[in-house]
Amino acid sequence: MKKYSAFAIAREALRGNTGWPEQWSSPEPKKSYDVIIIGGGGHGLGTAYYLAREHGITNVAVLEKGWLGGGNTGRNTTIIRSNYLYDESAALYNHAIKLWAGLSQDLNYNVMYSARGVMMLAHNVHDVQVFKRHIHANRLNGVDNEWLTPEQAKRYCPPLEISRDARYPVVGAALQRRGGTARHDAVAWGYARAASDRGVDIIQNCEVTGIRRGPDGAITGVETTRGPIKARKVGVVAAGHSSVLMQMADVQVPLESFPLQALVSEPVKPVFPCVVMSNSVHAYISQSDKGELVIGAGTDQYTSYSQTGSLSILQHTLEAICELFPMFTRMKMLRSWGGIVDVTPDRSPILAKTPVKGLYVNCGWGTGGFKATPGSAHVFAHTIARDEPHPINASYTLERFRTGRLIDEAAAAAVAH
Amino acid sequence: MLLIHCPYCEEERPEAEFRHAGEAHIARPQNIAEISDEEFERYFFIRSNPKGLVFERWRHIHGCARFFNAARDTVSDRFLKTYKAGEPKPALDGEG
Ligand SMILES: Cc1cc2nc3c(=O)[nH]c(=O)nc-3n(C[C@H](O)[C@H](O)[C@H](O)COP(=O)(O)OP(=O)(O)OC[C@H]3O[C@@H](n4cnc5c(N)ncnc54)[C@H](O)[C@@H]3O)c2cc1C
Ligand SMILES: [Zn+2]
Repeated sequence: MKKYSAFAIAREALRGNTGWPEQWSSPEPKKSYDVIIIGGGGHGLGTAYYLAREHGITNVAVLEKGWLGGGNTGRNTTIIRSNYLYDESAALYNHAIKLWAGLSQDLNYNVMYSARGVMMLAHNVHDVQVFKRHIHANRLNGVDNEWLTPEQAKRYCPPLEISRDARYPVVGAALQRRGGTARHDAVAWGYARAASDRGVDIIQNCEVTGIRRGPDGAITGVETTRGPIKARKVGVVAAGHSSVLMQMADVQVPLESFPLQALVSEPVKPVFPCVVMSNSVHAYISQSDKGELVIGAGTDQYTSYSQTGSLSILQHTLEAICELFPMFTRMKMLRSWGGIVDVTPDRSPILAKTPVKGLYVNCGWGTGGFKATPGSAHVFAHTIARDEPHPINASYTLERFRTGRLIDEAAAAAVAH
Repeated sequence: MLLIHCPYCEEERPEAEFRHAGEAHIARPQNIAEISDEEFERYFFIRSNPKGLVFERWRHIHGCARFFNAARDTVSDRFLKTYKAGEPKPALDGEG
């Protein structure tokens, strides 16, 4: 791997940029691997990277049916935060935040992690009580989160409308300063490049169509559109398609797949310094380094694999954005799109072994898994390599829906992402 | 926005009048206090979540307010059929 550096940029500038090698190699699939990862999003590619780096397992393939990051990784609004309520969540998401901080250096790839702060607006008494409860719980777990008055919120984010006459007046806000955004594609590409450099095979345009099990029920490999491939260990990291893949191995999962949409505006000069979320009016917004306003909507009400949703959802979100930030009422929107998110009953992910020997699953991230990418990949690699969970993901089992030990962030937050 | 045919009103109306109400044909166990944790999990949490033909409940909340069922393709979002609550699953091509 050729190291990226200021020196390399200067050297290539002089050579007409002819010396950049491909970022990762695209080999033909081998007949067999030690581990196959299904899904070339951030979580899958990251898992392959940590398998190689932390556990010395390099005979690994990542199989992606489309292109790297073409799933939710490349479709998300990139909000990163860790101020979740429960201890299990704080441990997992904070693990991720710590890894985000050093990820660009670790991968030698600029993932543009920007800790610009994530501010959640409170609009009513219920919001205030819930947010303050979160702030206290977060403090006990060593997660930064602080309470702001409307005036302090406006100082942190000047475009915010805090007039008492608003339809949903801002009565305060919770701010996580370490929260922020990162460049979604770069996360997929950076992990792919670093994994490939350590010997992982990155195989795109290769859809898994079946999961093979031996007479004892254990995993023996997968069938793909590019032929069968053997492996004793298979990790399913397929977001919205997790149900489809798990059913190939006869494992029933508590997931439903919904469309989730987002949109961006025309690019403008820097006007918006942080990330703002409002759960009550259902909108979230930040500005990308290209200058586009990045706006996220809520899920559609029906299950779907169509990667599109209803226009009314976007309309609703834009009305909320204009209410909160009247200066954006004349902005033009450029593009909108949808991803398919896999939602669990308790809105927490499943990161675990399965009843099938050799089959592991990392799914259920729903509307909010981008922020967890490095942490999730790191503990999932541990789970696959050691055949037992890391202490951080030990509670994120499939069995919790039988035992009742839910990690009920649904009730705690009732929000997207 | 989907257009949905309510089998009670016998009219096609915009999605905004309706509320999705989850997978259809899941019967609540009669003896819910006695069933095992595994059976409860299957009834309460496990969903088929198919890529393709789904049977689901809708409620015409801003119309007649009644629940009914629909067969829809989750890849194209096309409705194949809507039918009244209590009617059996219709046999449709491509069911899997
Ligand atoms: C509009 C939108 C906004 C979001 N906003 C945020 C946010 O602000 N903050 C946040 O934290 N999260 C957000 N999320 C959620 C976040 O995007 C996801 O939780 C996360 O990116 C999931 O990453 P992943 O690697 O697990 O999945 P993906 O990136 O979806 O990767 C899964 C891959 O598996 C592949 N695959 C599927 N089936 C097969 C098969 N049979 N064979 C081979 N490959 C297969 C897919 O093509 C896909 O590339 C948002 C999601 C959406 C859609
Ligand atoms: Zn009706």
